[in-house]
Amino acid sequence: MTETEFLLWVRGPALQIATIVFVLGIVARILQMVMLGRKANLAEARGSALAGGLRTMVTRSVPDKGTFQRSTFTIVSGYIFHIGLFVTIFLFAPHILLVDEVFGLSWPALPTPVVDATAVVTIITLLAVLIHRLKDPVMRFLSGFSDYLVWLVTFLPLLTGYIAFHRIGLSPTMLIALHILSVELLMVLFPFTKLMHTFSLFIARYYNGAIAGYKGVHS
Amino acid sequence: MSKDETLGEALRRQGVTRRGFLKFCAATASMMALPPSMVPVIAAALESARRPSVIWLSFQECTGCTESLTRSHSPTVEGLIFDSISLDYHHTLQAASGSAAEAARETAMEENHGKYILVVDGSIPTDNPGYSTIAGISNRDMLEEAAKGAAAIVSVGTCAAFGGIPAAKPNPTGAVSVSDLVHDKPIINVPGCPPIPVVITGVLAHYLTFGTIPELDDLKRPKAYYGKSIHDRCYRRPFYDKGLFAETFDDEGARKGWCLYKLGCKGPTTYNACATVKWNEGTSFPIESGHPCLGCSEPGFWDGGSFYSAISTPTEDIPKAAVYAVGAGAAAGVALGAMNRAKKQKSVDAHEKVTIDDLDKEK
Repeated sequence: MTETEFLLWVRGPALQIATIVFVLGIVARILQMVMLGRKANLAEARGSALAGGLRTMVTRSVPDKGTFQRSTFTIVSGYIFHIGLFVTIFLFAPHILLVDEVFGLSWPALPTPVVDATAVVTIITLLAVLIHRLKDPVMRFLSGFSDYLVWLVTFLPLLTGYIAFHRIGLSPTMLIALHILSVELLMVLFPFTKLMHTFSLFIARYYNGAIAGYKGVHS
Repeated sequence: MSKDETLGEALRRQGVTRRGFLKFCAATASMMALPPSMVPVIAAALESARRPSVIWLSFQECTGCTESLTRSHSPTVEGLIFDSISLDYHHTLQAASGSAAEAARETAMEENHGKYILVVDGSIPTDNPGYSTIAGISNRDMLEEAAKGAAAIVSVGTCAAFGGIPAAKPNPTGAVSVSDLVHDKPIINVPGCPPIPVVITGVLAHYLTFGTIPELDDLKRPKAYYGKSIHDRCYRRPFYDKGLFAETFDDEGARKGWCLYKLGCKGPTTYNACATVKWNEGTSFPIESGHPCLGCSEPGFWDGGSFYSAISTPTEDIPKAAVYAVGAGAAAGVALGAMNRAKKQKSVDAHEKVTIDDLDKEK
């Protein structure tokens, strides 16, 4: 298989397989979670479950003072790399072109040098997050294989993307192929690992908020 | 033109001034990234070089490479240098034909054994030898015989360098490149469809000056010309960095000269000197004329997907796959959910109430 054939495979059949696993997995798992349902609450409602649920989906994004003081590094680094991932994935011109080509949706891109700098910050932050996980005894105790795997498959697309953009080491054809492949790896593992928090996070927040809202209290 | 005439004599006879000659040497030196101190060395070497014997073999090709190298509107210094090598065999350009032509090739190979430069354009069929023959000799046999006595081989054009269009899927003739068949000789690949004329003269000048082949990349291409991608040297690069793209060939972006990435430009994955050396005596290059780069100097460029879709875009129908996946995912999710509910119901049904009597039994 030549480099060009490899790139074509990655852009074609491999992407198809990854898309099917990704979409199928996510839809199946979300439905499974939603269908678990909740026991009917027979108590009289003292507030709106819907309003409470929706409110909590937003308010939980702001850490409370105590948590922030206890886990400053986790929260700050978490924000940086999540925003960094958003910027590099969704505001990089070639990525928007990809979405445009596939789904016909388009939005303005950030200038490439800004995305480039964001990628560097995100890569450094992810490395710091890993070091923190390894050095903190509690974090290390709580971490299993899948946590490190999730870190790796998140890190690889960023790293390969950065290398492909700057064309370091290998031929550009190989670099872009490896970058796409790393994203496909992420897509395949996504529904079956903690990466599902991208979706389940909001479901969980809604449930918490809805329970509190029904009781007429703040969550 | 006598064989003993030096290149300098030949050039002067053809009316090339000393100034013009040195300008060519300086341009060659700078293009090959050599220090200015090398200019006189190149000049001296070229001046006194005996015209080297060059045997040019054309196999499965379209003659576009020869056209590229010879179709200069006014005689350029590069063109004259090219005229001034002893081109002993080139079945398109030579006056002789038939057995006289083949005799010229055999004589040149014999007289200059171990010293001649073998230039090849076109790919070589390995399936049925009858797909391409010259004077009844199969391309493969002719190449292997000519390669034996060559000092170096220059594969001109993408077909000779990588197989090119004849080797594109489904490759009906079993076409291969020169380097697929010849392994024991120095090979310089000068790919492009066609390659830039000055690149081949530069390679020949390098050989005449130093007696060695220039520094090559992993695809055996001279780094001096193929060291940078089109994208890195493209004058439209600032538009790429700003995210300004032409959407069609006739929109505002196209008229303003914005980046052609979205129209399928292969500049980011293509290594060649088009953006700096340019074509037609430095007039322009494809992107400057508003057309995306096809990536013609890269292996397999013909099979690399549409020329008009961006290199990072999928080649298969992804939305269709996604729609099927949503359907299958919904079915799987509902089935799993139903199984979970059944399990839950089963445990509810199996639940037995604990009474005081049951607890008493523990005692």
